[in-house]
Amino acid sequence: MATLQVDLVAVEKKIWSGEASMVIARTTEGEIGVLPGHAPLLGELAPGGVVRIRVVDGEDLVVAAHGGFLSVTGKGVSILAETAELSSDIDVERARAALRNAESGDDDESLAAARRAQSRLRAAGQDA
Amino acid sequence: MAGSLRALRRRIRSTRSTKKIFSAQELIAGARIVRAQARVEASKPYAREITRVLSALAGSASLDHPLLTERDQPRRVAVLVITSDRGFAGSYNVNVLRRTEELLGLLRNEGKDPVLYVVGRKGETYYRFRDRQVEDSWTGFSEQPGYEDAQRVGSTLIESFTAGLDDDDAGGGGADGVLGVDELHIVYTEFRSLLAQVPVAKRMAPLEVEEVEQFDDERADAAAGNSRSEVPTSYEFEPSAEALLDALLPKYITTRIYAAMLESAASESASRRRAMKSASDNAEELAKNLSRQANAARQAEITQEISEIVGGADALVTAGSDN
Repeated sequence: MATLQVDLVAVEKKIWSGEASMVIARTTEGEIGVLPGHAPLLGELAPGGVVRIRVVDGEDLVVAAHGGFLSVTGKGVSILAETAELSSDIDVERARAALRNAESGDDDESLAAARRAQSRLRAAGQDA
Repeated sequence: MAGSLRALRRRIRSTRSTKKIFSAQELIAGARIVRAQARVEASKPYAREITRVLSALAGSASLDHPLLTERDQPRRVAVLVITSDRGFAGSYNVNVLRRTEELLGLLRNEGKDPVLYVVGRKGETYYRFRDRQVEDSWTGFSEQPGYEDAQRVGSTLIESFTAGLDDDDAGGGGADGVLGVDELHIVYTEFRSLLAQVPVAKRMAPLEVEEVEQFDDERADAAAGNSRSEVPTSYEFEPSAEALLDALLPKYITTRIYAAMLESAASESASRRRAMKSASDNAEELAKNLSRQANAARQAEITQEISEIVGGADALVTAGSDN
């Protein structure tokens, strides 16, 4: 079965790389699912977005990716994010606290912080 | 005589204890280089990917984005200088600041008005001491810069650059009333190896032409099947190519600032380690010389004491024979 070579790269380090059968993400235009053989595509990920990577023989990988891009080429998928966290690394309590904190403010910065916290919570499978 | 011996011993003691400080600093800096180098390496995949995406975009979108086009009459230009927060780093800061002065001179000769943006306490004090105006400065992260730091710096610079778009020729702020800049330059220290760190000045915006050529090379490579056989064929864009370019270019500039900060941090630690190494070597040397002198002084003291005793005994013997 054809697979996708997926690279998940954050600014400070490469977070994950491996074979996957499908990548589901949300761009600013809407949900998108990428299967092997997808046409080349560049997309901007929606703010507060969650990326789901269906790993070949493994569990689904859920990632909170913030401020990122999705690039699909003939060979695979690259996900570029300013910050990205695997769902297994997310501290739910901290994300909740961050969200509460951010919601008290109303400038751009706290809005961005709230979006980040929301995407972390969503990736961890919690209500946000 | 005894006094000078005591003074020498005191100096030896103080030299030895400063040497301990130097070697501790050397070890810390040594550990930091390794970490800084690892961070430089870790940031490369992203830089590579974003360059690739950008080159793919550049092939498809029209290149008239403000960050890519030359302004007709550049007047104010921003210069971002990356220095360290702490001293004890040999000629690291001096070199960066000298390179900056060269660049400033060059820009003034071209009839441009440079505006300074400084990262690091050392650079900040340098300009404050000389009463030169610094537009903005950031301190406290020179040794371990994070991406958020680069974002803060980057957003300020890009804002100023965007504000410069509509400045009128008379030197007014234009429609938005804010006096912006027409070019962005950066001066940082490139980490070539543990022994060589070179201060370099680069233009960040409008993006330098050589960079576009670099993309062309990459594309040529791809077309020739040299690299990962990525055919720069038609991409689909979500949203449009122009909107993507809009979102991507500021991030690209921030990435470059971040990379420059990381390189500078590695260079800073390398410089510091070298400076501290020679300082502790010198202290060792000094302590050695001083202990030689101290030993000679001690010998001289003993010799003097012996001759005094012998002389005294002789005098007693002579006095006794008289009786």
